[in-house]
Amino acid sequence: MSSEWPLWEIFIRGQHGMSHRHVGSLHAPDAKMAIKNARDVYTRRNEGVSIWAVEALHIAASVPSDKGPLFEPSRSKVYRHPTFFDIPDDAGSM
Amino acid sequence: MYAQVLDQNDSGVKSREDMSEQEQIFQARIDAGEKIEPKDWMPDAYRAMLIRQIGQHAHSEIVGQLPEGNWITRAPTLERKAILLAKVQDEAGHGLYLYAAAETLGVSRDQLTEMLHQGRMKYSSIFNYPTLTWADIGAVGWLVDGAAIMNQVPLQRTSYGPYARAMVRICKEESFHQRQGFAIMMKMANGNDAQRRMAQDALDRMWFPSLMMFGPPDKDSTHSTRSMAWRIKINGNDELRQKFVDQTAPQIEFLSLTCPDNNLKWNEEKQGYDYTDPDWKEFFAVLKGNGPCNKERLGARVKAWEDGAWVRDGLMAHARKNAARTVAKGENENVQ
Ligand SMILES: [Fe+2]
Ligand SMILES: [Fe+2]
Repeated sequence: MSSEWPLWEIFIRGQHGMSHRHVGSLHAPDAKMAIKNARDVYTRRNEGVSIWAVEALHIAASVPSDKGPLFEPSRSKVYRHPTFFDIPDDAGSM
Repeated sequence: MYAQVLDQNDSGVKSREDMSEQEQIFQARIDAGEKIEPKDWMPDAYRAMLIRQIGQHAHSEIVGQLPEGNWITRAPTLERKAILLAKVQDEAGHGLYLYAAAETLGVSRDQLTEMLHQGRMKYSSIFNYPTLTWADIGAVGWLVDGAAIMNQVPLQRTSYGPYARAMVRICKEESFHQRQGFAIMMKMANGNDAQRRMAQDALDRMWFPSLMMFGPPDKDSTHSTRSMAWRIKINGNDELRQKFVDQTAPQIEFLSLTCPDNNLKWNEEKQGYDYTDPDWKEFFAVLKGNGPCNKERLGARVKAWEDGAWVRDGLMAHARKNAARTVAKGENENVQ
């Protein structure tokens, strides 16, 4: 059996109330060590206040060839953006 | 440059007509500045070339810790020691980011390690030179990290997404490295006679090996064409070397040191410095394994890997046992 440690994806939440963001990967034998290693590698300059570690094999991802069917339908729906609507300035702020 | 193109097998650019339809679409994406992501289709040669370059780059970060690690226990003050430790830790992180980028291409971390240890993959020639005095640590940060930055900044725009993102993280950390090195050089160059001599000696020994970091002259290398078309490489070797010389020559003057190259002279016409190329015979000898420290460096890596095997295996066995125990406990709870 291979002794290579599993791969983990690391997510960090920064100081300013933003969501956790993917910062990179690392190998670790278990979750506890993954978080310890993530702290040593990815928060060495005050980058974060919270760490998520997810074993890479548990991440489900969309397939590149589905890019069209998945994301193109939203292109034609311009009315989902506020700028679609012409509201006179006189109407006040909104 | 850590990503010195050391032994790429680059057979030149294919003409449009010779490309399959898939290859044409791929090239068009790159020409449009799109990033290629791990699950996207890519030519086998693109994948192989990236694994080689990113792998060599990663190995260089890791082996590069050795010449500096050599001085951690002997740094002149506690503050210098903490700074050097932080810098060397950063390099470990750089290695990790790059290994992770290479792994997205389908090669495993252990395979990469094995190829390094068996001499089937190279690392930057610069790390086969010794760090004999404390001033060398200054010169390494100033010149070696300086040359690395010159190479790495454009690579932030390389075509492979994970590689480009790793470069962004790395570049953020590198300028600290160069500045801490230059700060050491300033201290030494402004010190007593013995310290000034050490600073000069460090520059004398590091100058030409630093110029080698950009790889052989473009005219002697067929390596660049295809990697440039694929945006795995962005600039020519000579172009980056010139940029490095132009940036560094005034800094040598600032330190009141003397460049070991007597031909170093400002050329008004080309708006750049003229300089002497390093000895390329020496460069290729070092790459082949005949530099002053090749055996020591690779030996240290192999030893660390072998001596650490029981720790890696032990932690993995512990993790497996714990996981099994958690499953068993969960089953019990379901029964109750
Ligand atoms: Fe680095
Ligand atoms: Fe560095």
